[in-house]
Amino acid sequence: MVQTGTDRVKRGMAEMQKGGVIMDVVNAEQAKIAEEAGAVAVMALERVPADIRAAGGVARMADPTIVEEVINAVSIPVMAKARIGHIVEARILEALGADYIDESEVLTPADEVFHLNKRDFTVPFVCGARDLGEATRRIGEGASMLRTKGEPGTGNIVEAVRHMRLIQSQVKKVVGMSEDELMTEAKNLGAPYEILLQIKREGRLPVVNFAAGGVASPADAALMMELGADGVFVGSGIFKSDNPEKFARAIVEATTHYQDYDLIAKLSKGLGTAMKGVEISSLQPSERMQDRGW
Amino acid sequence: MVTVGILALQGAVREHARALEESGANVKIIKRIEDLEDIDGLVVPGGESTTMRRLIDKYEMFKPLQDFAKTGKPVFGTCAGLILMAREIIGQEHGHLEVMDMKVHRNGFGRQRESFEVPLTVKGLEGEGDYIGVFIRAPYIDSVCPDVEVLATFQDRIVAARQGRFLCCAFHPELTDDHRMHGYFVGMVEELKKTFA
Repeated sequence: MVQTGTDRVKRGMAEMQKGGVIMDVVNAEQAKIAEEAGAVAVMALERVPADIRAAGGVARMADPTIVEEVINAVSIPVMAKARIGHIVEARILEALGADYIDESEVLTPADEVFHLNKRDFTVPFVCGARDLGEATRRIGEGASMLRTKGEPGTGNIVEAVRHMRLIQSQVKKVVGMSEDELMTEAKNLGAPYEILLQIKREGRLPVVNFAAGGVASPADAALMMELGADGVFVGSGIFKSDNPEKFARAIVEATTHYQDYDLIAKLSKGLGTAMKGVEISSLQPSERMQDRGW
Repeated sequence: MVTVGILALQGAVREHARALEESGANVKIIKRIEDLEDIDGLVVPGGESTTMRRLIDKYEMFKPLQDFAKTGKPVFGTCAGLILMAREIIGQEHGHLEVMDMKVHRNGFGRQRESFEVPLTVKGLEGEGDYIGVFIRAPYIDSVCPDVEVLATFQDRIVAARQGRFLCCAFHPELTDDHRMHGYFVGMVEELKKTFA
């Protein structure tokens, strides 16, 4: 009779987040600032991606104390990150009551071959993707929400733009193909055939797709919405800026009214310095988080 | 044909639009005060009620929305929309739009892992026990005043109700292909429009 963890319940949760901003926070105080600014959810973690980058070493799931602290501090949904393929970290986060789990390349992968079988869980998952192959493989494993990978912790939007444009154009291509071309396209993309068929029939991805990885300003957030994102994740961009409260509010507003340029101009004034960015070509191959995941 | 607006500050807008269109209404997306003109009814969709309230305040839409409700036009709130319409919210000092005389319990069924779907019987809809209610971190209605009609309950908790021209449900009628709830609301809008004309 009563069914929990169905696709409708898991994907529906992400549908409710559309048009909104999900913010990375590392404690209750930041979570409250995010909620106050109008975030639709917060991502509880031990360090924001820019600090993970700076710290080096192995990045793991956050200390459960932090996740609990954030859950108790706000009434909006709380997400948390588990390492790719780390079944137990994900189970712990589910047990703690996290509302969504991000199987995230920002953390050091626990498995270099397999992602989690996300269908096994009651809690829904969000995963990163750079192209339609990756996106549909994650959906095939049971992800209920997608986000671009971008290049986290860089404050540089270029990779998120690349991934969003690529996925959008690949979706359009699939929609425009005839059904007898789909199997070869599935082979070329490394995509599950049934999911491509579903995309073709419905004319869009079956789950919500947010932008993530490098959003550092209200204009960046609006740009991603313009390119077709359903909403925006902001990692380091808020709490690495000069004035997090102001930045958070401005990014929320720019996301809602992404085509109102007078408004975005107004709310971009006097924001102070955004986070210091990183040029992608200056990263060593081992520093590229987006290359994690398979 | 009637025109139904959907408050589109955040949340599930596209799904409502599809369901309303298939129920025979024109749809208008409402992002600003001036958008409220020329609509015959309004849907306040699911999303995050805290976020929606902040955006409503930010764009000074609070008063216009309350005024809209008072003009006699129908309003349909789903999930977060139900919370926004309630007179009283447990654990909070004030309600938001306060147009329906009921007390609600936010996230009354628990967190996301407790979210569920279940077949319901909804008064006013054809059929019995065959309406799938999708509950996502859903609220429930704790108690209602006598002139609020209870349309559906689950585990003795009220999950859908109507008070005159106001309709609300704790579940997400926009997430299934069953558009009977939207049809019911469009019917309300059509009826009231006839009365006004």
